[in-house]
Amino acid sequence: MFELVFFSLLNGIVTGLLLFMLASGLTLIFSMMGVLNFAHASFYMLGAYFAYTISAYLGFWIGLIVAPVLVGLLGALVERYGLRYVHRWGHVAELIFTFGLAFLIEEVVQFIWGKDTKAYHEPEILQFPLFTFFGQNFPAYKAFMLLISIAIFIMLLLILTRSRVGLIIQAAIHKPNMTAMLGHNVPLVFMGVFGVGCALAGLAGVIAGPALGTFPGMAVVLGSIVFVIVVVGGLGSLTGAFVASLIIGLLQTFAIALDYSVNDILTAFNISFDADSALRDLWSLSLPQIAPILPYLLLVLVLIFRPMGLFGNRET
Amino acid sequence: MSEITKTSAATVSTPALKRYGPWIGFLIVLLILPYIFSSNVGVYTMNLMGIFIIFALSYNMLLGQGGMLSFGHAVYFGLGGFMSVHFMNYLEDGSFVFPMWLLPIFGGAIGLVFAIIIGSFSTRRAGTVFAMISLGVGELMAASSLIFVAFFGGEEGVSGDRTMGPPLFGVNFGQDVQVYYLIAAWVFVTVMLMYLFSRTPAGRLANAVRDNAERAEFIGYSQRKVRFVSFCASGFFAGIAGGLFAINFEIVTEENLNALTSGVVLLMAYIGGVGFFIGPIVGAVLFTLLQSILSNYTDIWQLYVGVMFVLTVMFVPQGLTGIMMMHTPAWRMKRVGGLVVPYIRMGVPALAMLAGIAGFLEMIHHVRGSPADETMMSLMGIEFSTHSIMPWVTVAVLALVGGYLVRNQAPQLKEAWETANNPDAGGKEA
Repeated sequence: MFELVFFSLLNGIVTGLLLFMLASGLTLIFSMMGVLNFAHASFYMLGAYFAYTISAYLGFWIGLIVAPVLVGLLGALVERYGLRYVHRWGHVAELIFTFGLAFLIEEVVQFIWGKDTKAYHEPEILQFPLFTFFGQNFPAYKAFMLLISIAIFIMLLLILTRSRVGLIIQAAIHKPNMTAMLGHNVPLVFMGVFGVGCALAGLAGVIAGPALGTFPGMAVVLGSIVFVIVVVGGLGSLTGAFVASLIIGLLQTFAIALDYSVNDILTAFNISFDADSALRDLWSLSLPQIAPILPYLLLVLVLIFRPMGLFGNRET
Repeated sequence: MSEITKTSAATVSTPALKRYGPWIGFLIVLLILPYIFSSNVGVYTMNLMGIFIIFALSYNMLLGQGGMLSFGHAVYFGLGGFMSVHFMNYLEDGSFVFPMWLLPIFGGAIGLVFAIIIGSFSTRRAGTVFAMISLGVGELMAASSLIFVAFFGGEEGVSGDRTMGPPLFGVNFGQDVQVYYLIAAWVFVTVMLMYLFSRTPAGRLANAVRDNAERAEFIGYSQRKVRFVSFCASGFFAGIAGGLFAINFEIVTEENLNALTSGVVLLMAYIGGVGFFIGPIVGAVLFTLLQSILSNYTDIWQLYVGVMFVLTVMFVPQGLTGIMMMHTPAWRMKRVGGLVVPYIRMGVPALAMLAGIAGFLEMIHHVRGSPADETMMSLMGIEFSTHSIMPWVTVAVLALVGGYLVRNQAPQLKEAWETANNPDAGGKEA
């Protein structure tokens, strides 16, 4: 039992921090422009595919650095020539634009790289078990993912709270007009934040590609989850995004690891039931089975009972 | 006195034709379509079109008329489909007797029930919150559909047999044409109901809440209730569309209520134009045509649809219907004729450019996707080798020359457009 909890905890934190890399960019972009970027997870996918192509020629480490930069540039272009243009048609159009973009990027990825899963692997020096605990191996690559995520988190925190750039960004979030009056180029800040947010998503893709698989559906798999995190944590709140990422990451790994079903609870209370009734699926529900719906359940509940999210200070 | 009666009679009689004319025309078109497109593929496509027309119109009750952006509308469509297919199976078992042609009512009913449940909390706010709740509920349903196997049938879905109900005038819906007329009848009735709904005070208030919720509140209407009513009506019609889907395909799967279907309906409504009642109809017809015709010719039709969608959102947010409606002033002034030549001068190079770009994409796709020794490909019936230089030069020339001419011709089109729409310009050009 202890080793199960230990490994679930570790895996949950790895997943959670990975999700945070996506969610941090998304929530920053939202708090600046008021747009939920549906295509955010698509940039994550692009990161993985770019890194796959680069690593085939130049190796993993070059891909790790170059791919996020490329994704960031692409994101900046999307903001400059797409989103800023669509802005004139209003918020709903912006939302639909990013939605269409997500659809388009998936199609383009299928067009360029094909529909099959790509053989994008971790570098060989990271292909060893870091430690063995109760007979279970913990791969070094996961530790590497953990390390990168923590480094990014600390860097982001320092930049946003301690640097001049962070100061301007925070000012532009709260009072864009005032910041512009003070002589800062607010549209440029927006473009920069959008680009950096996309680059972070790309970086998450680069390191998640080998672990979770590089395939055209990878954006869809993670896309909605990242939304859940951003909304549950409170739109625009970085702290909220961090906490919610960890919650969702742990929720998912623990729900899969702990195999309990409604049946077990009923048996514990000595209640038996008719095995052939139409509700039989309800009685035999187990935690791993409902693991995929838990985040969405959380999302709907949060939106109903606390629309500002856990740490948000404004209504969505 | 007599003069007054005369004028009032005149004002009544003209709108009568204007009012019922389009509906009679619509009915006639629905009736004669199977005689024009009598092939199997034609009937299949038209059946799908009819289903999507109802679905897209029900979606537009939210997005276009109510200002609610939903990412989970397929939930009501899919649930309606599942409910109908279950009732189809009950009919087959002989549990009860019910006419097959009324089956979509059950779909509508469950759509309505779920819309009432979900709408009771999701319509509290519009905008991003509504969109996120709809997304969450959509994902929740899609994920649940794989868990509750008894109702949703797991991955393989639930199938039924539409011929088992009591026959209607000897018709048992064994043939697709018979189903076509069933769908056409439902399309006619539901389109009319949805149109009438948009004319009721409730429908008008939905527009008011969309445009300015605060002012609607000040004249004494709860924005939440107004949205709720639209939402319920929308869920009901989406359920009917789902029921028709179940009758037409005799199978409903998890795919019918997942995010992809929700995305497709958004795409149809938006490309058609959400600001007009007939917009989603245009969108549904166009999308189904693209889906069934384009997919015969190319594997990458979804890429084209995606590009089209993004371009629509960026440059023509009023949709295709919006473009058509832009010609109304010119039409009223009887100057549309003056636009024909400029349109041709612009359209031909634009088509050449598009053909060039599409040909280029197709050739790349073919080179990457086919085995190395297979160099021949056929595009629109033309056979050629992708390893020779000529086809590449051809598409490049098409794209570049077309693109150049498009830029070249743009000013004259703009000028012609301004002449056609300027009420002060003399009639000499027109």
